[in-house]
Amino acid sequence: MTTETPQQSPATRTEVPGIQPGASGEAQLEVVGVDKTYQARRGEVHALSNVNLSIGRGEFISLVGRSGCGKTTLLRILAGLLPPTSGTVTADGQSIWRGGKRNDEAFEHFGLVFQDANLFPWYTVADNVSLPLKLRGMGKRARRARATELCELVGLPGFENAYPRELSGGMRQRAAIARALSYDPTILLMDEPFGALDALTRDKMNLELQSIHAQAGATVVFVTHSISEAVFLADRVVLLTPRPGRIRSITPVPLARPRSLETETSVEFQTIVRELRHELDEE
Amino acid sequence: MSDVTKARAKAPDTAPAKPAAAAKDPDAPVQDRDTLLKWLPFISSPILLLILIGGWQFAVSVIGVSEFILPAPLDVWRSLVDLLVGGDVWRDIGITLYEVLVGFAFALVIGTAVGAVLGRVIWLERAVQPALVALQVVPKVAFIPIFVIWFGFGTTSKIIMAGILAFFPIMLNVMLGVRSVDRGHRDVMRGLGASKWATFKSLELPSTLPYIFAGAEVGIVFAVIGAIVGEYLGGSEGLGHLVVRSLNALDAPQLFAVIVLLALMGSLLYAAVTLTKRLMIPWHDSVAGQSS
Ligand SMILES: Nc1ncnc2c1ncn2[C@@H]1O[C@H](COP(=O)(O)OP(=O)(O)OP(=O)(O)O)[C@@H](O)[C@H]1O
Ligand SMILES: [Mg+2]
Repeated sequence: MTTETPQQSPATRTEVPGIQPGASGEAQLEVVGVDKTYQARRGEVHALSNVNLSIGRGEFISLVGRSGCGKTTLLRILAGLLPPTSGTVTADGQSIWRGGKRNDEAFEHFGLVFQDANLFPWYTVADNVSLPLKLRGMGKRARRARATELCELVGLPGFENAYPRELSGGMRQRAAIARALSYDPTILLMDEPFGALDALTRDKMNLELQSIHAQAGATVVFVTHSISEAVFLADRVVLLTPRPGRIRSITPVPLARPRSLETETSVEFQTIVRELRHELDEE
Repeated sequence: MSDVTKARAKAPDTAPAKPAAAAKDPDAPVQDRDTLLKWLPFISSPILLLILIGGWQFAVSVIGVSEFILPAPLDVWRSLVDLLVGGDVWRDIGITLYEVLVGFAFALVIGTAVGAVLGRVIWLERAVQPALVALQVVPKVAFIPIFVIWFGFGTTSKIIMAGILAFFPIMLNVMLGVRSVDRGHRDVMRGLGASKWATFKSLELPSTLPYIFAGAEVGIVFAVIGAIVGEYLGGSEGLGHLVVRSLNALDAPQLFAVIVLLALMGSLLYAAVTLTKRLMIPWHDSVAGQSS
């Protein structure tokens, strides 16, 4: 099931055919030879080393690994918030960095969910959720309608006029997800979006995310600490190992879609989870 | 807590009734305490004032402090009424108010602008920091005689004094505010590819507003001090000068009456700034209360 990968031979190993149900085969996000070294006060931190990943259109990638192994770093590089020390990242064939500057055009269809909700305390939930639409020049009334729709979608009906400070951590996180979904992004980058949720809500959000992914055909890169969540959602699970962060393995998940909560009880599912957990333990 | 219920109440009818009802019951005692805390100052302040005036009257009539040192509260009250009815004092009030407001307005505009620039341009802040610190530690009221020489005994020298005193707290707060824009919030705007203008309007300005108001609350008090001290030392009109005139006439009740007027003016101006803050940043913790 698992494709063991020597870190030095990039690109080719991700080309595992016939196991990407959502993908059309064409790469939407390409990470080639990415290295990241932070210049911290205590010296240099080698956060990522020679990361290569090719993500197909409509593919769902889960990114797992121990705390501090560089998941957020990789996601921030993909989101164009952090320049890689070396290597290139392309979205739809466009390089996302142009001469050290972020190429904003390449990010038009990106939706980001951060590890923290990062809602603006001066906006109500509705205004937070529809902020991206405001920046895109959508009218007030249409924005409001869309915000109501999105609040419903993430399970926050009736909270449109509440301020973020009046919400719980999990509710804030759901509002942040609604914000990322507001403009129907075709590439969704999510950093532990469900970390603050209880198990039941989490299951519900997972199902919701799966159907959003299926309907919109969005490409998703999803960081999580939960291996079962990673397997449940993903077409491929990418395992990172720390110090420096590198891709240890890429595991395809050939389970049929749509997946339901019963999927988690299937033997195939549990085998994949067990293998991944084993691999994580080995380090 | 009370804010939550308020927000829910404003929400459309489609809001599920259950959470609202559930929120109400267990919170009821807390809500009672909150309302009590809210109204406590309105109860305690009159009591404190009564105690103060009672002690004052006691000192005068029972202990027998000389009237030239401490006039009786009633005399001060009479003097205050005379002043206000007599009419001349309104001109002085107007002049002092004018000096304070104009000085404060300049300080607000210039302080915000300078603070914003220094907050963003690190090298410039480094370059002028020693000069800023030097300016800050100098007792600025010492400059009043110089301003009087330069700008005369009129209102200009007092406006400048009020402005300078109010400038520093505002500028320093804005500088801090500009630097305190949350990194995660910046990521959100950058992730959305927001323009500089949009980032300013949706992120930088709102997140700096609480700092501007924190500076303004101190600034308005300092502006009053600046104007009055200016009038003490080199004035020909205004409430500060009225204090000096009362002193020269050895009219203790009037002296006290003017001080009461000054205290009232300062409080009202401060209240005006705080009220503006409440209206403009209702979302901020300093406004919405700490309990929730
Ligand atoms: N701004 C920074 N400056 C210096 N070092 C950093 C910075 N951000 C992250 N690092 C370092 O890079 C490494 C990877 O961090 P990263 O945040 O990507 O981990 P992560 O996998 O997301 O962890 P977690 O699961 O806990 O969120 C860590 O060792 C961290 O100390
Ligand atoms: Mg992280």
